[in-house]
Amino acid sequence: MKAKITITPKRAVLDPQGKTVQNALAHLGYTEVGAVRVGKYLELELADGDREAARRRLAEACHRFLSNPVIEDYRLELE
Amino acid sequence: MRFAILQFPASNCDQDCLHAVRLLGHQADYVWHKATSLGDADAVVIPGGFSYGDYLRCGAIARFSPVMQAVQRFADEGGLVLGICNGFQILCEAGLLPGALIRNRSLQFRCEQVFLKTAAHDAPFTEAIPPDHVLRIPIAHGEGCYFADEPTLAALETHRQILWQYCDAGGAVTEAANPNGSLRNIAGICNQARNVAGLMPHPDRASETLLGSADGRRIFESMAQCWARRRAA
Amino acid sequence: MSEPAITPALVAQHGLTPEEYDRLQAILGRPPSYTELGIFSVMWSEHCSYKNTRPLLRTFPTRGRSVLVGAGEENAGILDIGDGLAIAFKIESHNHPSAVEPFQGAATGVGGIIRDIFTMGARPVCAMDSLRFGPITGSSADEARLANNRRLFAGVVSGVAHYGNCFGIPTLAGEVGFDPSYEGNPLVNVFCLGVLRHEQIARGAAQGLGNPVFYVGPATGRDGLAGAAFASQDLTEASAQHQRGAVQVGDPFMEKLVCEACLELLATGAVAGMQDMGAAGLTCSTCETAARAGTGIEIELSKVPQRAPHMTPYEIMLSESQERMLVIVHQGREEEVKRIFDKWDLPWAEIGVVTGTGRMVVKHQGRVVADIPAKPIATESPVYEREAREPGYLAGVRAFTLAGLPDTTDPTAALLHLLAWPTIASKNWVYRQYDHMVRDGSVVCPGSDAAVIRLKADALPPRPAAGTETGGAPPTVEKFLALTVDCNGTYVYLDPYEGSKIAVTEAARNLACSGATPVGVTDNLNFGNPHHPELFWQLRESVRGLAEACRAFQTPVTGGNCSLYNQSPAGAIDPTPTIAMVGVIARPEHITTQWFKDPGDVILLLGPAVDPADPLGGLGGSAYLQVLHGQKTGRPPRCELDQGRTLHEALRSLIYGGAVKSAHDCSDGGLAVALAECCISHQVARETPRLIGAAIELGADGSGTVAAPNPPRLDALLFGETQHRVLITTTALDAPKVRAQAKILGVTATELGVVGGDQLRLRAQGQEWRWSVVELHDRWWHALARAMA
Repeated sequence: MKAKITITPKRAVLDPQGKTVQNALAHLGYTEVGAVRVGKYLELELADGDREAARRRLAEACHRFLSNPVIEDYRLELE
Repeated sequence: MRFAILQFPASNCDQDCLHAVRLLGHQADYVWHKATSLGDADAVVIPGGFSYGDYLRCGAIARFSPVMQAVQRFADEGGLVLGICNGFQILCEAGLLPGALIRNRSLQFRCEQVFLKTAAHDAPFTEAIPPDHVLRIPIAHGEGCYFADEPTLAALETHRQILWQYCDAGGAVTEAANPNGSLRNIAGICNQARNVAGLMPHPDRASETLLGSADGRRIFESMAQCWARRRAA
Repeated sequence: MSEPAITPALVAQHGLTPEEYDRLQAILGRPPSYTELGIFSVMWSEHCSYKNTRPLLRTFPTRGRSVLVGAGEENAGILDIGDGLAIAFKIESHNHPSAVEPFQGAATGVGGIIRDIFTMGARPVCAMDSLRFGPITGSSADEARLANNRRLFAGVVSGVAHYGNCFGIPTLAGEVGFDPSYEGNPLVNVFCLGVLRHEQIARGAAQGLGNPVFYVGPATGRDGLAGAAFASQDLTEASAQHQRGAVQVGDPFMEKLVCEACLELLATGAVAGMQDMGAAGLTCSTCETAARAGTGIEIELSKVPQRAPHMTPYEIMLSESQERMLVIVHQGREEEVKRIFDKWDLPWAEIGVVTGTGRMVVKHQGRVVADIPAKPIATESPVYEREAREPGYLAGVRAFTLAGLPDTTDPTAALLHLLAWPTIASKNWVYRQYDHMVRDGSVVCPGSDAAVIRLKADALPPRPAAGTETGGAPPTVEKFLALTVDCNGTYVYLDPYEGSKIAVTEAARNLACSGATPVGVTDNLNFGNPHHPELFWQLRESVRGLAEACRAFQTPVTGGNCSLYNQSPAGAIDPTPTIAMVGVIARPEHITTQWFKDPGDVILLLGPAVDPADPLGGLGGSAYLQVLHGQKTGRPPRCELDQGRTLHEALRSLIYGGAVKSAHDCSDGGLAVALAECCISHQVARETPRLIGAAIELGADGSGTVAAPNPPRLDALLFGETQHRVLITTTALDAPKVRAQAKILGVTATELGVVGGDQLRLRAQGQEWRWSVVELHDRWWHALARAMA
């Protein structure tokens, strides 16, 4: 089983990295691109087992450790 | 007075903190990150550096270390805890201080002298700082932009938890004086109980005129003054 | 596992000539295995063997009373600095990896040089860098090229910052230059200095039969396969492309752990020998440690921690995965070593044993894959006396005169131009990204002629008894060191011999301006392909100049690095022998900075205003000629070493006397730029410079009128780069005394003017020019940030 976790800065948090990428894209002619937010992507390998239990535990890990709820949101997918 | 200086594997200002505190005539000992007790320390300093490499987020891994559980208990009992730079990041991650420190707005690491206005003189970390005295203390960080949501910022102001703000040489809190994009120019804060504080600038690097400034001593002196008063009481 | 057959084509691919292959067979007494071919190829690369430069390097002065470990003996040289303390320092290049991947290339360069220092048993306490790139400003027609140069510059700077900052070492000084010759082949030279007690010197020798050999650090992967061989060939798009697949990635956190663990380990006395796995990784470290001790070594590759599956012996031996060390432990003390590795949570493995056979035996799952006599491969590499021929371009350089060049008519604009020229402009955009204050020793930060560091007790490695060290080290005498790194590649291109003397002299002058006496040099020779006779001539002449100058200033060369093959398809770089020099400051009150201090102080010029014997008046190869006239030609200024020595000794005497309030060396951009820098370079804090003006009169007491050539040219006076000049200030009261003393010490001291006001005012030859110090500062301070925005 594999877990895919995407962590992005919260909307209210200034994201200078995203802003820089957006400016660079515009500079290269990709003017159609609006706001850019740069986050993190994690892949976790898990032993096969109870999907729901795994999801609960990973959600807890995301909240406690892998993301900082003050500044970040996360999205968790299991496959 | 006895200071405990925490040592994570990639702390790199641990020696600087020990040096600065000892210069003031206090005792200081290192406490290893795997330790479960702080011994008989009267105050704790969490020094700068990169704790465990800081790969996920600064301070994210350090907050789960055994020694941080001891710091949590120490703080709950009212002990003085000061986090400098990475130490500030760890305290925020651990929830001992509100808010978070994110990437500098410039996206670059910044090492330079800054000026600090002391916004509240009634904390154990500021009481020995003369009123209207602008501190000159260096910063050295890549992720020192203080962020908190509006309600948190409002609460910080209501409870006078903002201790230091970036300012210009004359003490004016201006956008130009803000080195990293911190909201409200926040350089350092304390908790509501006022016994835990964190700041991004390095008082440990400003404790000798030989190094250009001795303003940082005022912060350690404040802690010693508060501790002596508490003990006398 | 099938290995490729050894064919002439495969041998050539490994960079070995047919003659070298014959020699290899003679040493082995049979044809090599594939793994052995790989081992020979890296050990006999220029990077590891110095086969093209060894005869030249032998001409350097390497001995001296204070030399404890000399050049070439170990990973870095060590000098005595008194009171039982010593310093280990070295410079190394990471040019080609940085051209391919600037961030990681530069970062791993810093990692490598830090390892060289703690391998010696020293605690690394500061770093410097010397960088060169193609132009970052210019005509918009060249925008694509400029943008690429900026990308490399930004990437290298953030790579140096990342590794140094995370490790916790102040990058305290450096230099950055921009010139078209470095386009596509940037130079990234990094220096590290460490401190130790005399008795703590560690050796990279595999001593003691039967002693176990430990591997410590992260697992071995396929990164940087044969980087040493890559560094020893011309940089082409194909070679870069090939290398991109295997970029080494640095992990400063791991390095910090390895460093602390190794220093703690050395304090136990359980270590018989230690060597880092740098260039050529496991190959170089096993072979060199055995060769140094005159022993043999036997390792089993299946015990080496591996990151990638199915790695071949060839790959494991040649991998350049970072942050790995080889530690030879005294038999019976393995447990102490394991305890320390575990304390720092470091991966380790026992991979072999020291033998008495004199052979390096490599096994893989019990099967011998290499069996080579260690000493011959490490020390008997081929040596070449390459053909040298004076380059054709020099005839034109020497024929250049000022005849066709109109004198300056607008010094006001010229000075502003020069201050904003990236090579001259303030480098704050660079060093504000470096943590240059960590470790509480940075007494003079970047921005003066030389950086000054204080070494206090906690800078030393842990003592044997202290073990885990709780900071309770007994009092140790504090020491003050000054550091600088210098080289003007343009001068060296225009006259390799004279230009190289200037590089050493300027470094020594920078140290003297800081109040320091030089004690030693480490050099990084960045040159083009040595098979090219004209490029080899540059190298030979340069080494002749360096050796002569190092003798003159009594600064032994304690080690260094040769980086040849620095050329892109467009041609070779300007020859750049980077000189890093370290000096000792006897007392803290001697520490001197370059900026003007107080209004009313008197400004004196030590040395001639213009060299009367130079027909170009110091304009040959000058920044002025390049920036204002677009010409990079003419003989560089003359460098009489005796004159330099007299000046430096006089300056130090004056500083010791206590009358010198500031001292600044005149170099790129000449007197006008030096004066401006004295007015604007004192930075109190972010956005807060301390600016102070000056009123200067050139020629009032004859200083302008001695100017050659005849008639005196204004451009030579203001912007000429005549050597052996220093600007100092004293109080008005001290000035007559200082002038008299200088005269006794054999140096002309000319009163140029007075400090004060908010303008730099300059009068010469009946004209006056004024600049607001605010404008001068703005041009100079923000130039790089503007170019990089």
